[in-house]
Amino acid sequence: MAWNWQVFCRETTSGETVVGCFGRGGDETYLNWIVTAWGWTLFVALCALVVALVSGLIIGTIRTLPNSPWLVRLGNAWVELFRNIPLLVQIFLWYFVIPGIFPAMKGVPSVVLVIMALGLFTSARVAEQVRAGIQSLPRGQRYAGMALGLTTGQTYRFVLLPMALRIVIPPLTSESMNIVKNSSVAFAVSIAELTFFARQSGEETSAPVEMYLAATVLYAISAFAINRVMGVIEKRTRVPGFVAAGGMGGH
Amino acid sequence: MKKVLLAAAIAAAASGAAFAQANDTIAKAKSSGVVTMGVRESSGALSYTLGDGKFAGFHVEICQRILAELEKQAGKKLEVKYQAVTSQNRIPLVQNGTVDIECGSTTNNAARQKDVSFLNTTYVEEVKVAVKANSGIDTIAKLNGKTVATTTGTTSVQHLRKHERAASLDFKEVFGKDHADSFLLLESGRADAFVMDGSILAGNIANSRNPGDFKLLGEVLNVEPIAIMVRKDDAALKKLGNDVIAGLVKSGEMNKLWDKWFLQPIPPKNIKIGLALSENTKQAWASPNDKPMEEYAKK
Repeated sequence: MAWNWQVFCRETTSGETVVGCFGRGGDETYLNWIVTAWGWTLFVALCALVVALVSGLIIGTIRTLPNSPWLVRLGNAWVELFRNIPLLVQIFLWYFVIPGIFPAMKGVPSVVLVIMALGLFTSARVAEQVRAGIQSLPRGQRYAGMALGLTTGQTYRFVLLPMALRIVIPPLTSESMNIVKNSSVAFAVSIAELTFFARQSGEETSAPVEMYLAATVLYAISAFAINRVMGVIEKRTRVPGFVAAGGMGGH
Repeated sequence: MKKVLLAAAIAAAASGAAFAQANDTIAKAKSSGVVTMGVRESSGALSYTLGDGKFAGFHVEICQRILAELEKQAGKKLEVKYQAVTSQNRIPLVQNGTVDIECGSTTNNAARQKDVSFLNTTYVEEVKVAVKANSGIDTIAKLNGKTVATTTGTTSVQHLRKHERAASLDFKEVFGKDHADSFLLLESGRADAFVMDGSILAGNIANSRNPGDFKLLGEVLNVEPIAIMVRKDDAALKKLGNDVIAGLVKSGEMNKLWDKWFLQPIPPKNIKIGLALSENTKQAWASPNDKPMEEYAKK
């Protein structure tokens, strides 16, 4: 198979090859375009990651509260709602159905809607991991907090969450990487991200393989970068002797 | 292991046999009694499936006429096999002999002419603009400042971009994942217009809840000749096909076929597409040619 990487130097409207590959003065080459598309992918993924971690942490925590059955039920309902509906369907619900029900949502840019959809979808999975992390702690830790006279909030703040969050860093790493890959569905609602780029430019240039390969590499780089950042966090937050000491193998 | 070897040997023998008569479908049909027609599952009224392995459409019917003529020349009853093809595999399947004649919705362009041959153009696709009937938009110029939908992975996006630059219009583009999504963008008010092949727009409008709510603008953004595809250098079949097409035009039957598929209710839902015969298509019939898209764009 003959590769044609020169195709990235072509101007997107005229099809002429641009010297230096980067178009200037209103000209845009496929190289310009893929860089912009990568930017959209990262923007959507990182914003959705913030939404997912914040709401997942809150929902996961309230699902373990000892004396608030209604909050626990609310948390359970949240998780089941967002993890039982396919992501692509959720994006369509946010994009077409919700603005149909609440006309005020019509003016919301699609990128915000897609960030909400992706973030909340992932928040259900994060919440489940946070809950599992908290519940994996020995009961004695909660009792110790109570015996010290801490309120529930203080027990969580100073005893349970610092431990639980260290434990769940490895699955959270997977979720954070997944969000980069899942952001590829954003093309379905007109976000000009990498998947959109690959489909569109592949058709325009008759070089779909090159376009898909380039997009694949950028997805892989993005997800792996997140993996490395999470690796650093895991290392930095390690407390010797704690459950999440890591790197010791099974014992 | 022996079975695998046997299968490989049979495959090799079969492809060898196919090579022997590679480019002459008429000779192949005479000897094997079988001819394979490539069809599309959903290319609008040009070629579509009725389910149950049955296919119909404007191009399918033209191909059936061509194959009926082929049967006469072969002098024996031919078995016609239908093979569904996609945008990705149609050219390789014609090249390797799996499909003898492709009757879908393939644009005749210069790049493809290097790999396959096209019969004379039977249908000229026009890239058009659909808007809501009550939107007050009646020219492309009025799209300035509006939101325009089109489908990801189609060349319509390119035509739109070129037009935007040439006419220094400024509009926001939104992209549907497929034609149904793009139409939903227009229907739900997220876009003011939908730019796409005229037949696809007409089909989507015909199938919508209230077809009267939408209209097509008269202006044409681009034209593409759509033609029936045969193997490269299959001169005999190409001549036979072109003769049949010329005969249909001469006898006025081509007009009747257009009326049947584009203006009358068609199965399975008995919906009218309602796409009038365009000036460009009429011209292609009047002066038969197999010019690629690039030459249409020049004039």
